[in-house]
Amino acid sequence: MGHTNKVSDLQSHTGVEVMRCYQCGKCTAGCVLASEMNYPPSYLMRLLQTGTKPNLDKVLSSNSIWLCLNCENCLGRCPMEIDIPKMMDYLRTQAIKENKLHPDSKPIIAFHKSFLDSIKNTGRLYEMGLVLSYKFRTFNFLQDLSIAPSMYLKGKLHLLPEKIKDRRSMKRIFGQTIENAKTDNK
Amino acid sequence: MSKIGVFICHCGENISATVDVERVAREIGGMEGVAHAIDYKYMCSDPGQTFIKEAVKKYGLDGVVVGACSPRMHEPTFRRACAEAGLNPYLCEMANLREHCSWVHEKSEETTEKAIDLVKMLVEKVKKNKPLDSIKVPVTKKALVIGGGIAGIQASLDIANTGHKVILVERDPSIGGHMSQLSETFPTLDCSQCILTPRMVEVAQHPNIKLYTYAELESLEGFIGNFKAKIRLKAKSVNYSTCTGCGACIQKCPVKKIPSEFNAGLGTRTAIYVPFPQAVPNKPVIDRVNCNYYKRGACKICEKTCQVGSIEWDKEDEIITEEVGAVVLATGFDVKGTDFFPEYGYGQYKDVLTGLQFERLASASGPTFGEIRRPSDGAVPKKIVFIACAGSRDPAKGIPYCSKICCMYTAKHAMLYQHKVHDGESTVFYMDIRAGGKNYEEFVRRAIEEDTVNYVRGRVARVYEKNGKLIVKGVDTLLGGEQVEIEADMVVLATAGVANCGSEQLAQKLHVSYDPYHFFAEAHPKLKPVETNTAGIYLAGACQAPKDIPETVGMASGAAVKVAALFSNDELVREPVVAVVNRLAPPLYSTCVGCFMCETACPYNAIEHEEIKGRDGSLIRNSARVNQGLCQGCGTCVAFCRSKSIDIQGYTNEQVYAEVMSLLND
Amino acid sequence: MKIGFYPGCSLTGSSREYNESVVAVAKALDIELIEINDWNCCGATAAHAMNEELSLSLPARIMAMAEKQGLTEVVVPCAACYNRLKVTQHELEDDTKRSRVIDILKMPYQGSSRIINVLQLLEMYGAENIKAKITRPFAHKVACYYGCLLVRPHSILKFDRVEDPQSMDTMIKMVGGTTLDWAFKTECCGAGFSVSRTDLVAKLSGNILKDAADRGAEALIVACPMCQSNLDMRRGAINKTLETPSDIPVIYITQAIGLALGLSAQELGLKRHFVTVEL
Repeated sequence: MGHTNKVSDLQSHTGVEVMRCYQCGKCTAGCVLASEMNYPPSYLMRLLQTGTKPNLDKVLSSNSIWLCLNCENCLGRCPMEIDIPKMMDYLRTQAIKENKLHPDSKPIIAFHKSFLDSIKNTGRLYEMGLVLSYKFRTFNFLQDLSIAPSMYLKGKLHLLPEKIKDRRSMKRIFGQTIENAKTDNK
Repeated sequence: MSKIGVFICHCGENISATVDVERVAREIGGMEGVAHAIDYKYMCSDPGQTFIKEAVKKYGLDGVVVGACSPRMHEPTFRRACAEAGLNPYLCEMANLREHCSWVHEKSEETTEKAIDLVKMLVEKVKKNKPLDSIKVPVTKKALVIGGGIAGIQASLDIANTGHKVILVERDPSIGGHMSQLSETFPTLDCSQCILTPRMVEVAQHPNIKLYTYAELESLEGFIGNFKAKIRLKAKSVNYSTCTGCGACIQKCPVKKIPSEFNAGLGTRTAIYVPFPQAVPNKPVIDRVNCNYYKRGACKICEKTCQVGSIEWDKEDEIITEEVGAVVLATGFDVKGTDFFPEYGYGQYKDVLTGLQFERLASASGPTFGEIRRPSDGAVPKKIVFIACAGSRDPAKGIPYCSKICCMYTAKHAMLYQHKVHDGESTVFYMDIRAGGKNYEEFVRRAIEEDTVNYVRGRVARVYEKNGKLIVKGVDTLLGGEQVEIEADMVVLATAGVANCGSEQLAQKLHVSYDPYHFFAEAHPKLKPVETNTAGIYLAGACQAPKDIPETVGMASGAAVKVAALFSNDELVREPVVAVVNRLAPPLYSTCVGCFMCETACPYNAIEHEEIKGRDGSLIRNSARVNQGLCQGCGTCVAFCRSKSIDIQGYTNEQVYAEVMSLLND
Repeated sequence: MKIGFYPGCSLTGSSREYNESVVAVAKALDIELIEINDWNCCGATAAHAMNEELSLSLPARIMAMAEKQGLTEVVVPCAACYNRLKVTQHELEDDTKRSRVIDILKMPYQGSSRIINVLQLLEMYGAENIKAKITRPFAHKVACYYGCLLVRPHSILKFDRVEDPQSMDTMIKMVGGTTLDWAFKTECCGAGFSVSRTDLVAKLSGNILKDAADRGAEALIVACPMCQSNLDMRRGAINKTLETPSDIPVIYITQAIGLALGLSAQELGLKRHFVTVEL
């Protein structure tokens, strides 16, 4: 039984103590996407509690961590005040690090990446650019084709990005945080 | 020079396996002032005690130190042995070589050296010990029982049946408590009122019980055997000596829409009311908050109706004083309301009930005469959901403990529902089923197997109303977290049992400890479950923690026995470990300067003022004096005394100093 | 009176009408909004999901810029931005995290600006004024939809009550409307996946719209551009999940109040909605 210390890593990074969970299932009962998940939140907690490598791998390679919307219903109702959303953030980062990505994560990560690229370059979200970049990442060119023209007509889409003046600050922030973390891993 | 005898016990092998007991005896034997030192296998045994007695006589010992187990265990044994040999028992001390040394250390030189040090400290202390006499106080053989639920009723009857007088004080207009509200009781399903009401009548008729209903404890002074209780008799506005309890006033009272406490808010009552038909006493009180006359100065219909002129409009609260020797606290518990649950609708849905409300629905004396009907529209619910652990085991809601009774009453509720509504479907959402108790597990199994109650393991995230149904969003954790949605007609929350309102203030009045949830604290969780940390005050029932009827009754009888045991003495003997203010020869009289810091510090109100007067009667000084009956020997005053005028007998500053110095002088 | 203003990216693009209505209502209530200079994106869910330090640094820069401008109070109409800023402020009470972020930003940051949402702004500085200036009572039966980001996590935001919040309802009642007791006030609409998992989002949003429709809502009132654009622009996809397609408009609280104050549909950006607004 390969017990790992990854659960204690989780605790030191997020303050989440998985052993506090007593499996009442209230998180799952109120989770809007639980039925879509490989393992609903309470089940995920149990997998983590076992602390075995096969179970941790199940967690990291599940779609659950990617389908979590961070709506915080679970945390709001958890009798043990376990910060599941924070835990999900951490597990997503770990899944990327260990490259154990469920196929469901692809469009979601692609979206997040496109979103962040936009901010990195201009300081603000350039919605048109985001959508285009996302389409290239996912090769899903047809999606949203129907609403884009209406958006444009209603004045909701800018063709050109808005840029902040101090764009160097964005480069620095990205350089020292997310890009820094990536080089750490290599 | 002192002549101290030292006796080192092996405690079988408990001490001798890790401590070199012979070396301890040898080295201590060489100490200044030690006249005799030996070791022996069982010092507490008869031969062991004989060694001590003989040594006291043979060497003329003026102090004894026994190096053995904890003084909690055998201090009385060894002190008695010394007394039998003619030595003042308070000149005998124990060094704890077991719990403080052999049990907590490995066998080594250092362990033995620690044992030597421990004994050495006590030898130095004993040299400073003075003979003390135990304190004797008289006992008032009358008990005060606070709370007239089943706990208070049982305790009162048991004490009264031993021949002692009991004052029973109940806050509400009737005794009976929560048990009178219950429908049927688990695991036998016998009717709660049927088994309770005869007891209530017995209380009212017992020659040894004086019952004060609609009354509350105002204050309690004094100490074990000698309490003085002030009791507030709230104005009932009805003269009970003339009232016949005919009930005509109640029928005519125009204020009819007051939520009935007895029916947990599901029914209504009038402003002049008897809480329920079987009430004891079965005479009404006027609720002055809701009465038209007290609110607006007009009405008095009850007075016109009353044939015997029993209404007393101007009656005021009365405070009476009773002297008692012991107090039994039996103030019970309360349950959280549905408004405590944001996720279950903040109490805004009429068909979301507490377990106590369901009891009223299921009870023959309830607002629906025992038929299960929805408060909203009176319909019989076809689907009902019970949610266990509502608020209990929920640190986020501030209630981490298990309320203990909910598993059983929820099974009972579901069972009663199935018995009454044959085509009904009941679901219980639970986390664990805690059915420890005689025939309890069998009872729950019966609900599941015979009465086909659907038990689902998981909590409910939320309940909301739609089209007259209550949508219950739960989960079945045994199916890997499958969401379960039920369109229910009624939802019953097994809401947490909590301390009764006002319990914190009552505890403070009585100087009784309470836990973070305001339940009263027992003196020891295992060995003193009915005692409090204040001598002479005992606990019965759910005021200590949530508990069911059999446990409550058992505890109440336990408390009654403690009271009876106390009352079996004419005088009480107390350890003289109390504070004393020093007295000196004139012209100083005392070093106490009368600042009375000790008075503010004392948690037991044991500090009194004393005027020291000269022969001619002129005041020389004010100084503090300790009431030895009240003092519990906690020592707080000693720490506060700026002129070092107070000491705890048997633990004087001088003695403690000698102990510490014995370590430093090596 | 003057107050700091952080519009955030959505309000300059796909949720322009929110910005327009916030500005118009503020003007009508004599509240001067002072936009934070050279503000950047808060990072939204993307930063939050991908990297913790990034998710703290981006909002921290916004608040540092506000502090530099001397803005002691900043209104953030976008619920997502409001949430990110509040949570960041809370997280940066931790000394280690704060000094790390200051190091990244190369800017002083104190966390001293008070961050409020648009409901708090209206409640604190507009309530009396609104009552006095109602010209056309907003006499509609509506469902106030709060979503997740405005009320959770309660321990940090400490805004309104967790389940069944009331602040928006109170506001609507104040301008003459009636509000429904309904079941999905704070259920997530899934907006975070609007682009990446439209299928799931349509289902979640469908549940919300269905409940509001079943109970006879004339409109959904929101204070979050994510929820609004999701429920409005994705209506086509949502309606495919519903037995009865819904044409209930989704309007901002500021638009509803603006209407009551007599502002025009044009000024309030009501023409920019996908689902036609006829209130």
